[in-house]
Amino acid sequence: MNLSALFFYLFSTIVVASAFMVIASRNPVHSVLFLILAFVNAAGLFVLVGAEFLAMILIVVYVGAVAVLFLFVVMMLDVDFAELRQGFLQYLPVGAIVGFIFLTELLLIVGTWITGAGAAGAIRSPIPPASEVTNTQAIGRVLYTTYVHYFELAGLVLLVAMIGAIVLTLQHKTQAKRQNVSAQNARTKASAIEIRKVRRGQGI
Amino acid sequence: MSAQLPALGPIFPELLVIAGALALLLLGAIRGERVAGMVDISAILILLIAAGLTVLQPGERVEIFGGSFVVDDFSRFMKVLALLGSAAALLLSIDFFRVQNIHRFEFGILVLTAAAGMMVMISARDLVMLYLGLELMSLSLYVIAAIDRDNLRSTEAGLKYLVLGGLSSGMLLYGASLIYGFTGTVGFTGIAAAAKVPSIGLVFGLVFLFAGLAFKVSAVPFHMWTPDVYEGAPTPVTAFFVAGPKVAAIALFIRVAIEAFPGIVPQWQQIIVFISIASMVLGAFAAIGQRNIKRLMAYSSIGHVGYALVGLAAGTQTGIQGVLIYMAIYVAMTLGTFACILAMRRAGGMVEEIDELAGLARTQPMVAFFLAALLFSLAGIPPLAGFFAKFYVFLAAVDAKLYALAVIGVVSSVVGAFYYLRIVKLMYMDEPAGAFLPMPNELRVVLGICGLFVIFFFLYPSPLVAAAATAAKSLF
Repeated sequence: MNLSALFFYLFSTIVVASAFMVIASRNPVHSVLFLILAFVNAAGLFVLVGAEFLAMILIVVYVGAVAVLFLFVVMMLDVDFAELRQGFLQYLPVGAIVGFIFLTELLLIVGTWITGAGAAGAIRSPIPPASEVTNTQAIGRVLYTTYVHYFELAGLVLLVAMIGAIVLTLQHKTQAKRQNVSAQNARTKASAIEIRKVRRGQGI
Repeated sequence: MSAQLPALGPIFPELLVIAGALALLLLGAIRGERVAGMVDISAILILLIAAGLTVLQPGERVEIFGGSFVVDDFSRFMKVLALLGSAAALLLSIDFFRVQNIHRFEFGILVLTAAAGMMVMISARDLVMLYLGLELMSLSLYVIAAIDRDNLRSTEAGLKYLVLGGLSSGMLLYGASLIYGFTGTVGFTGIAAAAKVPSIGLVFGLVFLFAGLAFKVSAVPFHMWTPDVYEGAPTPVTAFFVAGPKVAAIALFIRVAIEAFPGIVPQWQQIIVFISIASMVLGAFAAIGQRNIKRLMAYSSIGHVGYALVGLAAGTQTGIQGVLIYMAIYVAMTLGTFACILAMRRAGGMVEEIDELAGLARTQPMVAFFLAALLFSLAGIPPLAGFFAKFYVFLAAVDAKLYALAVIGVVSSVVGAFYYLRIVKLMYMDEPAGAFLPMPNELRVVLGICGLFVIFFFLYPSPLVAAAATAAKSLF
């Protein structure tokens, strides 16, 4: 058994186990943490097959953004997960059937997969051999050159989404107390501290 | 790899709009809400300059970015129309937002980004560009539908539009991925080459793509969002929805149908014929019972999209020419009508019921005259511009031997005339319901230009007809 096979079994065991724990654990925060563990190990699997760009994206997008968002939702909103989980056994047979159908379909698709005859010729940018460049470099080469207009436009779409979120939610409250950095820095000992003599039994 | 920046001359108008939006955003972020009026004026100027630059672009067909972006006569015609419509809608908005006290500088910026999205849509020549342009426009529209965020109906309109728009984008993407899967390319040229022989999978993808596009132009059966969104959104925003995005979506529809699927015309023709008939009939009958004028205009816009699609259903050069003339005249008619709707204001605030227009001929005879002309034109009564718009598309349908479509179109436009004429009757025959406040100057300008265009179009139609003819020619 060589080293990569060892790591493959290590990562996949942890992925499956932590995926199971996501639905099995009682505490929703633990569920999210197990989800993150599953993502990180799936990223490890991607590295093993030489898709290190996908591995990085999985970590950055799913762990960095999606899972943290889940964590926020779980911790900020008062969702009663125990109540949601009621009737788990009751719905188990239906869920098992649906899962079985999905599994069969996946196996059928993977088993009968063929690539179209003209597909190889239709690729607009040929994929350089993996021995010459890493796939991150290969994507970067076309993303910032041939397809730079898509990239810029997608950036503009995200900018509009950001403007929209701010327009629709930002409240300019007049009573809100804001930090005034220059005023803070300009404070001296004389202006910040006042010494009073306190008489016994009276207070200020 | 020697990838060099393509010559950016052809997209200069787009770059101007985007750069203008970013500059105004910075200005607004630094100076705050005080500059809202200035941002609006600058945005109008930017849109007008971009329209002027588009007109001045050389006439030949240019493709850049590896063929995913094309500038030809068709795109120039539609871009100028969409930009002028957006600029006019923005002009209509200034007084409204000031009086309603919801003047925010982001509105002008979002109109600019929506305009940039429209220009990308109109020039898109592959599926990725198409989708990015569509989303850039749609996201801006979702936000400005809800821009009056303390108003329940405006936020409801924004949310409904967002959810249903997301659904339609999903359908469109599903169709695009099927098309990509069955043709192996996202470029329209490649799709056209691969689609000579219709396969089931490709037609499936085509149907989903058209469903997504039909949602964007609010054609039946994907029209359900239109009345609620048009009614709930602030009135100038509704005017903008009609004047800009609808033009761009129709342009996209035409380009996809004609350039990407020229080999399987019978396959898509039946879809277009169906949604065209359904839109015309629903637009005519559902509008009869409406009491709110913005809802009425929503159903009217559904009907008018049906008429415009008659020209696309013909699938010929004269048909496309008809659609282009139709959209140009339609934009002028609706902008004028919305100028009148925005002038329906009493001391107590805006009113939107149709009955409030009663006796307008006695209180404001000029406004009533122009509004009557616009409504007659929307109904398609000669010699006003709306008649010629319908004339060209129906002529193309008859030429393409789609007799049933043309007959149903004429019948439904007669039914539709009923509700337009009812408003005219209210204005001229009924007792006045009380005078409106005097019309702001911007509204007068827009109403005057649109009204005069609609009334005197028949005297000198050749510039528009000739421009539409060259634009349609560039697609074939």
